[in-house]
Amino acid sequence: MNLILQGFAWIFDGSHWVTTSTSAGIGPALVQHLILTGISLVITAIIGLPIGFYIGHFGKGRSAAILTSNALRALPSVGLLTVLILAIPFIKGIPGSYLADVIVFVLLGLPSMLAGAYAGLESVDRQTIDAARAIGMTEWQILTKVEIPLGAQLILGGIRSTTLQIVATVTIASFLTQVTLGTFIIDGLNQNNYVKMIGGAILVAALALLLDGILALVQRFASPRGVSRGTTKDKRNTARGATHASTQPRTPITEGN
Amino acid sequence: MFGSKRGVIAAGVVLAGAALVLAGCASSSSLSGGGSTSSAKTTITIGSAAFPENVVLGNIYGQALAANGFTVKYHLSIGQRAAYIPALEKGDVNLIPEYSGSILDFLSKSATANTPSDVKAALDKALPKGLTALTPSSAADSDSINVTQDFASKYNLTSIADLKNVPSLSLAANPEFQTRPDGIKGLESVYGITGIAFQSINDSGGPATAKALLDGTVDSADIYTTTPSILADKFVTLTDPKSLFASQEVVPIVSSSKVSAKLTSVLNKVSAALTTKDLLEFNTETSDASNPKAPVVVAQEWLKKANLF
Repeated sequence: MNLILQGFAWIFDGSHWVTTSTSAGIGPALVQHLILTGISLVITAIIGLPIGFYIGHFGKGRSAAILTSNALRALPSVGLLTVLILAIPFIKGIPGSYLADVIVFVLLGLPSMLAGAYAGLESVDRQTIDAARAIGMTEWQILTKVEIPLGAQLILGGIRSTTLQIVATVTIASFLTQVTLGTFIIDGLNQNNYVKMIGGAILVAALALLLDGILALVQRFASPRGVSRGTTKDKRNTARGATHASTQPRTPITEGN
Repeated sequence: MFGSKRGVIAAGVVLAGAALVLAGCASSSSLSGGGSTSSAKTTITIGSAAFPENVVLGNIYGQALAANGFTVKYHLSIGQRAAYIPALEKGDVNLIPEYSGSILDFLSKSATANTPSDVKAALDKALPKGLTALTPSSAADSDSINVTQDFASKYNLTSIADLKNVPSLSLAANPEFQTRPDGIKGLESVYGITGIAFQSINDSGGPATAKALLDGTVDSADIYTTTPSILADKFVTLTDPKSLFASQEVVPIVSSSKVSAKLTSVLNKVSAALTTKDLLEFNTETSDASNPKAPVVVAQEWLKKANLF
């Protein structure tokens, strides 16, 4: 317990926030950590969401996606990172190991992102989609105006768990070259400085909780008013929907394991 | 799922494998024990740490002694110092190739000696009763600051002291280099190099460090003097005129009871012939990805090349 308190004290010591010749600073490390998390998350979303929507909308390729996702999950991130850092030739303008880092984190984040996207679309009641089609909506309109809004909860859930995984795993970038919050954990261990290590771990946990909290709020306000996900407080929903059960999303389809 | 028949077969395979392994052990130990067991000969048991360079050294000592009429037994790849130093004190092994600075540091935590002669003198004092350090070789496996050839010629670098002239110098090393007395702090206090941008790369001067140097991600890096990449990537190892890094000369540590004029002369000849470049080549040969050589073979070839015994 004492060590944990010391860890907090280490964080709140202002001198630890700037880089010195004998230690990386928390400030720059935090910025770098957020940058790496942000870039990786955006690229994961750009790749993962369209594929997930395709699978969810057309119901095709789901088993292939599950298989690939699970295979991706089995990749050991540190090993992959080392291999990529050594294998990727130096490109001018991309500092240090950015490219290798981002590839590793995107591969790490894709399974949850994909699963969230297609599970979100699959959770939408088929009757609702048929109704949308019947009133003459195009497939694109069905996707953007019916399926995505109704599946928003699960899609955002996928983004949330992806964020959590990436923000926690960005720490390993510090094993080779990058200064992130993981630097304090890795350096602390090598320098026999357990207070620094715990301080770094607390920072990572705090950042992860903060991001998760923000996304939880977003998720809460994201679903359309008509869909209450079973909160009976919303009287309008029960009053309007004759078949309450049918507006409930089906049990979300999880990712295969 | 596991029918009894399959189980029996599996067990049989495992047993056969184990038998093979055991047979292998038995034959190799009888080989290394040497055929002749004349009691007149002195028997020396050689140990080593568990990394290729040290195993090669153990083999070199062994083959040199065997060629000079000693009966040699091997107990190589014992592991860490904490394991093999007690074995040495107990007499389970009699001879170990060591590195002067590291063994001194292990024996006496407060040791501050850095130059080769200081380290040897301090080591003689720090060694427990019953152990003797023979004359060290000039071959050393120590920390060293390395830069690329281009960088060296750009700033005209030959020694660590020259790094003072490099603006905003960056340096890659293991994280502990940041806080070690002979790390960043030493560069500041001994050589007066300030404002170093430290980049921690946690692979002990391995491939990722070499790549960072080659890519120009960092200007300089702490790499052990016997790391193959120094040769392969043509890095320039900066000299250390003020002995920031403790001397790590290869030194035979022997049970005092086994020390004889003959043993000393044989090992001194080996130490005199051995160079840091040889150690580097041992590491290159034993770690060759496509065709790694066994330490025994590397040792044989070196003795042949050095024209010893």
